Parts: sequence; structure tokens; C-alpha cells
Amino acid sequence: MSDTAIVARDLTASYGARPVWSAGTFTIPGGSFTAVLGPNGAGKSTLIRMILGQLASAAGRLEVLGRTPRRGNPDIGYVPQGSAFDSELSIRGRDFVGLGVDGHRWGVRLAGRAKAVAATAASIEAVGALDYADRPLGSLSGGEQQRLLLAQALVGQPRLLLMDEPLSHLDVRNQGAMVQLITDVARQRLLTVLLIAHDVNPLLPHIDLVLYVANGKLAIGRPKDIITSKRLTEIYSSPVEVLTDSRGRLFVVGLEEEVSHPHG
Amino acid sequence: MGDLAVFATVSNTSPSLSWNLFDDLASLFHYDFMVHAFQAGTIVAIVAGAIGYFVVLRASAFAAHALSHIGFAGATGAVVLGISPVFGLLAFTLASGVTIGALGNRLRGRDVTIGIVLAWTLGLGVLFLSLYRGYATEAYALLFGEILGISTTDVAITLVAGVVTVAALIAIYRPLLYSSIDGDLAGAKGVPVTALSIIFMAILAVAVTEAVQVVGVLLIFALIVTPAAIAVRFTSRPAVAIALGVGLALAFTWAGLAIAYYSPHPVSFFITSLAFATYVSVRLSEPIRRRALTRSAVASTTAR
Repeated sequence: MSDTAIVARDLTASYGARPVWSAGTFTIPGGSFTAVLGPNGAGKSTLIRMILGQLASAAGRLEVLGRTPRRGNPDIGYVPQGSAFDSELSIRGRDFVGLGVDGHRWGVRLAGRAKAVAATAASIEAVGALDYADRPLGSLSGGEQQRLLLAQALVGQPRLLLMDEPLSHLDVRNQGAMVQLITDVARQRLLTVLLIAHDVNPLLPHIDLVLYVANGKLAIGRPKDIITSKRLTEIYSSPVEVLTDSRGRLFVVGLEEEVSHPHG
Repeated sequence: MGDLAVFATVSNTSPSLSWNLFDDLASLFHYDFMVHAFQAGTIVAIVAGAIGYFVVLRASAFAAHALSHIGFAGATGAVVLGISPVFGLLAFTLASGVTIGALGNRLRGRDVTIGIVLAWTLGLGVLFLSLYRGYATEAYALLFGEILGISTTDVAITLVAGVVTVAALIAIYRPLLYSSIDGDLAGAKGVPVTALSIIFMAILAVAVTEAVQVVGVLLIFALIVTPAAIAVRFTSRPAVAIALGVGLALAFTWAGLAIAYYSPHPVSFFITSLAFATYVSVRLSEPIRRRALTRSAVASTTAR
């Protein structure tokens, strides 16, 4: 638990000449749960791609599980961003989860068949997807598909779990159940979790850290330290107010619009 | 006029059914051209049924269709140059397949681009046809297939190409399946997604070139897309779906050949009609099958 999972020093991301963000310095402790927040297009998925070794850093240093990032790192489980599977997709959830074991290997599965089948079944059970694992993926609900995506990310026994907006297509009840499941699984397996989200509220009771990606910068801290009017105004370089409702839910409101449109 | 005369002779000499199954089967294989047709048809059906699964899974049915049409220009061009049309067909399908594969799934509006290229190459094909002042039967064979005119050499070439395509499909099976379902995920796991897309389209180009011999450029869907499209409606297990697709493609080809032998009408008509009729009846029977499934599920629940 005490080791560090990800260390970034003066990290800069860019697509060609276009800079995305720069001077990112943060440390993610092993076994922690971090929510990655920030506006669309700020470069949250870019950070994930760098951790996955799919995008080289433009400058600075990045260390993932004690090594430089590399593609196909078996210690990383990944749930990509994306809307639901095509409704016509006729593949069993079980076969999809199984690809998490050896889908990157050439040829057909010959050796290690029993082991792969057992690992697949265990992973499906761990996310509570037994009831629908043998139905076509395309026919499943968004919540069911997300659970199977999680199962296929977990099947290779990773140490780090990266999830790109796994809650976006779920209703409020399913969001809560999904976050609880991720938290439980992470605790059992001592997983480090990095999860991109739009809304921090379903995550608030469970996360240790918030990593903000906004305005070309990264900022990290505990939720109660960073999701404040003062800190977010600094990060965005424009007036931002954090409101709390009667149930403790946070709402981040940009004030720029009101300031610049006083007659609106 | 010439064509009509040929048709008339063929229908006059068409064998008739004797109602003795063994005699009929024996007579099917009496002529070398029928033996060759069954050999080539069997190889092509296996290849088409297997690769068709991935075509359906990757939703690239239109790309498969386009390959064959673009290949038509290559084939007619080869005829003009006095080369065997198969080489022109293979060259054009390979070139266009690799190009489409390199574009990958990321490029939206790919169908529009393919459609534009395909329309132009068909125009090229028409030009080549008019330049070649030979028989129109050559073009007819390319468009609609000419399985009854296959030589021993053709069968041997088809066999080699068939073995190569199936071996290549087996070699890339798992990563191809992975990247066909979710390219982002497969890429993160280290699967070379774009390279696989190019390799797959190259394999498809060879398969299309083979299938053109049996059903022709225009009817390629019947062997590559339809059997797989039927199979995935019955099973969501990849290996089972591939086996079922191959089985259906074989059934359509064999039945089509057998029926055509006793009839004056072309083989491709029967193969495509059998495929179409099966697909339609499967789709139409779906509500009934689903109801039966629900009923048995309810029955098993109440039995508990």
C-alpha cells in the first residue's frame, strides 16, 4: 500500500505541435482511488494514453508501477471510453472477457485453455455478471456491459486499473452500484484505480484523491482540499464557485458567463 | 443471340432426375466439370464462410462488396492486356483492400469514400470491356461466376489460395477478434490494430478473388456475408458461429450446384436464392423462436 503507483515530474502532453497540458507533477500512491476530473478536451484521456504507453510524453518524466510506460503492460487493466457496444454485436460476454486473458496472443487458444476458462469465470463472478455472461454483448444494458468491461480489465490480475468515463452512460442508481463494485474489488485486490469522470458526486464517498486536468495544467489533492472555490478558481484562472446542497453534493459553477454578460 | 442458342443447347442436354437418389448422385459426378465445380465450390465456401464471420463482426460488409466491384476493373483490364483476369482481379482487390484497411475504423464516412472509388472503378471496367473486342462471356463470367468452367489447374490454384487464407485467419484469430470487438482495448493490450486491419483486408481480397469464380463479382454477398449473418443470429460463440457459417456456405454451394445440374438455370442464381431464402426465413421466424425460448425459460423456472 505504501509504494507509489504513478509518478509524474514536469510531464508535458502534446499532439504534434499542439500542447495539451504541461508541467504535470503528481504522485499516485499504490492502492489509492483517484478521480480524474476536468472539462471536455482538457486532456484527461491523453493522460491515460500516456500511462498506457500509447503516447510518448513531450517532456518530463512518467513512471508507471516503477517503470517507464510500455504498450501492452499486463499489470494494467483498462476500460476504454466509448458508448455502448453495437446492439447487433453477437459475442458472448464470456468470450469477450476471455480475450482479456490471451486476446493479444497470435493464433487460436490451444495451451492453457483450462486456466483461461477458469480465470474468465472467476472474473465474471467477481463483478456479479454470471446471470448474463452468456448472452450477446449487444443485447445487454449499459450497466451490464460496464460490468463485463470491468471483468475483462480484471481478468489479467492487474495492479493498476484505468477507467475512462465508466459512469457516463449509466443512470444514477447504476452509477452508485458501479462505484461500490469498483471500490470493493480494488480493496480486495489492492488495486490502484484511476477513473475519469464528469460528475464527482457518486465518487465522493470512495475516492482518496482528485486529479484535475484543466486549463493546460494538472492539479492533485484530496477532494475536500481541491474542490473548493479558491483552488478551482486558481486552476481554471477564472472565477469558479463550489456549491454544496443539503445532501453534501458538490456543484461546480463557472462565474465567467455572468461576469461577461451582465445584461443576460 | 449467341447466348440464347447456348442456353437452348444446355437445356436440351440437361440431365433429368430419375427419382433414384444414388443414380442421381452418381450422375452428378459423372462429368469432370461437375467434379471440379464441387471441389472449387467446397474450398471457396469454407474460406468465404469463415472470413464472412469477421466481415459481419467488423461491420465491413460494404467494404467486402466494394472489393469485388473494384476487382472487376482489374479483371477486365487484365483481359484487355491479354493476361488472365484472375491476376487483374487479385491485384486490384489487394490494392484496394490494403488501402481500406489502412484507413481503419477511425475514419468516419469511409462508406462514402469507398462508394465513390467503387463507382469510378466500375466505370473503368466498362471502358476496358469496350476496348476488348472479344466475347462478352468473359465479362459475364466475372460478373456472375463461372463455376462450371473450372479446370484442374484452377482447382489447384483455388486450393492453395484457400489453404493460405484459412491458415492466415487462424494465425491472427485472437487479436483479430479482440480488435474487431473493441479496437481501443486491443490497442492498449499491445495488439497492432491498424496492421491487423490491413492484413485482414488483404486476406479478404484473396478470399473475394476466389469467390468470384463461383458466384461472380455481383453476387459475392451470398457466400461471404449471408452465411455469417445467419450464423450470428443463432449463436454468440465465435467458434460456433464460424463453423455454422462454413456449414451454411457449403450447403448453399452444394445444393445450388446439384439443383443447377438438373435445371437450365445458372448455378449462381440457385446459390444466391438459397442463401437469401434461408436468411429471410431465419429473420421471419425470430419472433416465434424467441417466444419458444421465453416459454421454455418460464417452464423451467416454474418447475423449480
